[in-house]
Amino acid sequence: MQFLTVVIRRSLYAFLLLLAVIVFNYTLLFLVPGDIAETIAGESGGASAELMAEIRRSYGLDQPFYVQLFGYVGRVLQGDLGSSYYFNVPVLDLILGRLGPTLLLVVTSLLLAIFTGTLFGVIASQRPNGIFSHFITILALIGFSAPVFWTAFLLIILFVSMLQILPLSGLAEPLTESGTWQWYLDVAYHLILPVVSLSSIYLAQYSRLARASMMDILGSDYIRTARAKGLGQRVIIYKHALRNAVIPVITIAGLQFSHIFSGAVVIETVFSWPGLGTLAFESILRGDTPTIMGILFFSAFVVIIFNLLTDLAYRIVDPRIRLSNTA
Amino acid sequence: MAKTLLSVEGLAVEFDTRDGVARVIDDLSISLAEGETLGIVGESGCGKSMTALSIMGLVPIPPGRIAAGRIFLDDEDLLQASEARMREVRGNEISMIFQEPMTSLNPVYSIGNQIAETARLHEGLSRADAFQRALEMLVAVGIPAADKRIHEFPHQMSGGMRQRVMIAMALACQPRVLIADEPTTALDVTVQAQIFDLLNDLKDRTGTAIIMITHDMGAIAEMAQRVVVMYAGRVVEQADVDQILTDPRHPYTQGLIRCVPHLTQNPTKERPPLLEIPGVVPPLTQLGSGCPFAPRCQYADAQCRAEMPPTKAIDDGHTVACWLTEREAAA
Repeated sequence: MQFLTVVIRRSLYAFLLLLAVIVFNYTLLFLVPGDIAETIAGESGGASAELMAEIRRSYGLDQPFYVQLFGYVGRVLQGDLGSSYYFNVPVLDLILGRLGPTLLLVVTSLLLAIFTGTLFGVIASQRPNGIFSHFITILALIGFSAPVFWTAFLLIILFVSMLQILPLSGLAEPLTESGTWQWYLDVAYHLILPVVSLSSIYLAQYSRLARASMMDILGSDYIRTARAKGLGQRVIIYKHALRNAVIPVITIAGLQFSHIFSGAVVIETVFSWPGLGTLAFESILRGDTPTIMGILFFSAFVVIIFNLLTDLAYRIVDPRIRLSNTA
Repeated sequence: MAKTLLSVEGLAVEFDTRDGVARVIDDLSISLAEGETLGIVGESGCGKSMTALSIMGLVPIPPGRIAAGRIFLDDEDLLQASEARMREVRGNEISMIFQEPMTSLNPVYSIGNQIAETARLHEGLSRADAFQRALEMLVAVGIPAADKRIHEFPHQMSGGMRQRVMIAMALACQPRVLIADEPTTALDVTVQAQIFDLLNDLKDRTGTAIIMITHDMGAIAEMAQRVVVMYAGRVVEQADVDQILTDPRHPYTQGLIRCVPHLTQNPTKERPPLLEIPGVVPPLTQLGSGCPFAPRCQYADAQCRAEMPPTKAIDDGHTVACWLTEREAAA
């Protein structure tokens, strides 16, 4: 019951937030210099003054700002994100077609960063002054300081140019038939470099975080209790300490989801990954306003969903949050 | 005299610190008989908790080190036992409860789960049987509505309830020895009395011997049959509780007893001053060759500062390590 209340309340907040995002984005893009009608006319290869006026009228660009805004918000609420000026197809179809690869990239990277980072942190915390712990510190320093595109290029040089064991770009080889298991394998193969590049920063951060958190918890009273019970080291670390240590990692990962989502734009561009990031980048260059707005809206939507999921993950891991009445 | 269950002989524990080697326990010998409650008293930093951790085999090594001594449980020297054997001993034959009930339970597991864990570990009980055991233990330690509270988490309970849960956990496998390290320090006075009653009651029912570590002479009077007074890692006096309370010989023991405030019937008339022992326990890296208590002792003389007093038996089961007693006996 209580859980349901929380979900409903959170969903309501999320809806209001999304509405604010739409209004804000629309206003922002309206203020961008440049005539949309010119862009549209440019796509169709030049136009006369009459044609320009016709375009303005048919797209509603001659209306006052607030009319355009309300019109857009109203259409979005009905599930209509408009049509792309460039592709001339509904933005929603365009986005849904690109959403899969992006989610695949982002979620895989995030999970890799969380699991590997936590594991590294746990191992490092066992011997805070050991070699592995120093290795983690150095890895974290590099991960923090190196921009993802730079890491990506270095990985390309090493694995694609020199070793020639990984593919350079794309989702899969063009000739592989989509849907077959070979295709899935091919996608996984193409996924390796983008995921490693994108997760490097987060992996470094989470290792440090998990290491600090584990060391803190291993010194706590209830770990002493666990030892006094006669439990072995493995149970103490992986049952009693880890579940507590992972709470701050979830917190940070949840907060950073939007961050990693924007990082995906860069990585997708570097690796020609056919996701929302490349679409966003190209649409900005083309001045394809409806598509940009659709992507921004969708990104906000996905981020909000993930924040909700983070909250739920918290509740699963930590009974203090699960059972408290504050939502 | 009941059979000796646990005995510590000549134990010495050292820690490497920045200021050099600190001998936190020196030449410590104590013994615990079956069914007995032994009190260990002393100020903070005099080695009480370290004694407990040594018996449990939980001294952090490094920086700690067992420099000498033996700890016998029956005829087995626990200091020679393997880590695997010690894991069998902990929680099964020797259990321990701690000072901080608020933080001594894992916040992310239900209390039933945490109690059952011990029973599953040491007795190989099934999940259902272990939970049944946990429920019985919760009832035994006086948790109301135990069948509901078994599923609750530590943060849903008060300090006194959590300490009861700790006791339930410690006694789940019917250990022969329970070490209680200042179990009531963090609790309310009325709750303290309840916990003492509970421990006494459980001891009578199960026959578990208790080592009660405290700095509170009142707790000792309530619980213990025999008392060991520790100072700077050494035993300075050891006797039956009545002897300690009525005839303390070591100046340190006398000081500890004077520190306990007394209720007077008519507080307006005459209020005896509440005395304290001047100074603090000296840094253990800077102990000289003399009696460690000498710098704080009003009777100390040149001999006290120069030589370590021998441990002298002055009565049946009453031993004191003080030059004063030594000279009195000689005179």
